Amino acid sequence: MQQQSNGANGTPRTIIEKVWDNHVVAERPGTPTLLYIDLHLVHEVTSPQAFSGLRERGLKVRRPDLTIGTTDHSIPTHDRSLPIVDKIAEAQITQFEKNCRDFGIPFYGPHSKKQGIVHVIGPEQGLTQPGMTVVCGDSHTATHGAFGALAFGIGTSQVEHVLASQCLLQGHSKTYEVRVEGALRPGVGAKDIILNLISRIGIGGGTGCVFEYTGSAIRALSMEERMTICNMSIEGGARAGLVAPDDTTYQYLAGRPAAPKGADWERALGLWRKLPTDAGATYDKTIHIDANSLEPMITFGTNPGMGIGITAPVPDPASISDPVERDTLGKALRYMDLPAGKSLLGHPVNVVFIGSCTNSRISDLRAAAAVFKGRKVSPNVRVMVVPGSQLVKQQAQAEGLDRIFKEAGADWREAGCSMCIAMNGDQLAPGEYSVSTSNRNFEGRQGKGGRTFLASPLTAAATAVTGVVTDVRTLL
Amino acid sequence: MEKVTTFTSRLAPLAIDNIDTDQIIPARFLKTISKVGLGDQLFCDWRYDAEGKPKADFILNKPEGRAANVLLAGDNFGCGSSREHAPWALTQYGFKAVISTSFADIFKGNSAKNSLLTIVVPANAHKALFAVLANDPAATVTVDLAQQKLTLPDGSTVTFPVDEFAKQCMLNGVDELGYILQQDDAINAYEAKRPLSVNTAVAA
Repeated sequence: MQQQSNGANGTPRTIIEKVWDNHVVAERPGTPTLLYIDLHLVHEVTSPQAFSGLRERGLKVRRPDLTIGTTDHSIPTHDRSLPIVDKIAEAQITQFEKNCRDFGIPFYGPHSKKQGIVHVIGPEQGLTQPGMTVVCGDSHTATHGAFGALAFGIGTSQVEHVLASQCLLQGHSKTYEVRVEGALRPGVGAKDIILNLISRIGIGGGTGCVFEYTGSAIRALSMEERMTICNMSIEGGARAGLVAPDDTTYQYLAGRPAAPKGADWERALGLWRKLPTDAGATYDKTIHIDANSLEPMITFGTNPGMGIGITAPVPDPASISDPVERDTLGKALRYMDLPAGKSLLGHPVNVVFIGSCTNSRISDLRAAAAVFKGRKVSPNVRVMVVPGSQLVKQQAQAEGLDRIFKEAGADWREAGCSMCIAMNGDQLAPGEYSVSTSNRNFEGRQGKGGRTFLASPLTAAATAVTGVVTDVRTLL
Repeated sequence: MEKVTTFTSRLAPLAIDNIDTDQIIPARFLKTISKVGLGDQLFCDWRYDAEGKPKADFILNKPEGRAANVLLAGDNFGCGSSREHAPWALTQYGFKAVISTSFADIFKGNSAKNSLLTIVVPANAHKALFAVLANDPAATVTVDLAQQKLTLPDGSTVTFPVDEFAKQCMLNGVDELGYILQQDDAINAYEAKRPLSVNTAVAA
């Protein structure tokens, strides 16, 4: 396979097209492209029925060496030496471990020192690399796009397809450039960039597209910040979103367990450096964001597109002409029990959740700890800090961050998806408000009847210490 | 996989944009290791009150909703999580098609693999359907996948797009995996020339 800079006929290509072209196994008229998958991540919730399908058909896993499993979604985040109280969740985890063993797939069970959220462990181990195709039965798979990989979520039928064949039938996507230029101001970060994008294009704005994030503000971000942005591509409707690799990417990868070593590293670097979008390549769509003008973002409604600058007022349904759109906003504000026309600053919250595949990496915990240091959690607020993996947890403890959280009065947990998806016992009670660093504020997402404001780790930590929605810039 | 044939049905209208898969099937029901038994939990938190009793004002609890095999929903239906439990719940409840102005990508792909049609209609036809149902809840549509044709209550028709390969799979009741496995030679040839690869065992 050649990784030419330009296409076969010399046409300049985007990185999205290059990665796609490099993975075409077969193309037939009237049939979607058969695409090779370099890395398949599996977890306990969306894979059991796929393994059952393999057993029914008498099939094996074609490439267990390109597949890795972890337990994250339904696993409790309390002390791992305690039994799992929810017997249905326990049965699912037990079945997952059996499936991985039976089919020869390496996996991280509940007691592994490397267990963690599927989108945290791939990068952490150096499994996620530039130019790859990465899939997982999870819509936040775009996280891995931060490395210049084409990474997207799939359903359980497709999990079975990839297990059996290492391939997927895929239709072409459109290319959508998200160009972010300028410098972020203090208190504003990667989460605010992505929440701003989604608030502008809406949660269906990127449907049928793959985002490429470009521009000086993206180049200035660390790998973990790029992961936060790519992670929420699906919240803008795009199945995938990526950032072309650069020296930041290579520095992050070098020396990680599964990264190439020695001569292989040099050869890989040669191939990776050909991936960035060619000069003169065009996109189907483009949007520009001015990083200089961004302020911390927060959501007020029941989808991630319902976001505003933290000092801005909640929009008024009466100002919307389309009846279904007006009803949708009205329904959201009734669910959230919020008045229109007023900012959220000062709104009391019951819970602060710092975690999830969006914001649970070491830099997120450091940012939150910087706000907590020397302060106490408001007595009215329950604060959960859930590291993205056991290795992140270990690192945080080596830096003393756990002590800062505990001394402030926050709960320091074991790794997992936790209250982002609320299927492991970590959840809001009906009517409770949270500020969460996770990715979805859908009705009931964090527990039936719960109400979620999505924001950055800085905003979440600031809110935790005051007990009300707070502009972190007032505490810096 | 079920073969899709032409059918006529009443509609259950749900005039809300951006209905996400957490509403279609809440995450707490995803601890199952089976595909079956999800129909009762479809739209659970909109459909039942805190005591688990059906809410009288929710469409699936009204006679006209119970009689429908077609769901008429707002824009961008099925956004959010990739859970295939969403089309499993919809089909097990009895839905054969969802009509909207647009669908989220992953949901659309998952639906086709479960013989659930995702029918995209123009905004004016979409609006007109809601209006017809407001006056006549018993109005019906006819869905013809082979012709990619939706016949509206007034007898007029609109065509809808379907991926040709997915269409043939649904008409013949065969899934994609059989076709993919037949491509073994091409997959072997591709694997023989991959320049880079990881080994997940190294990370274990």
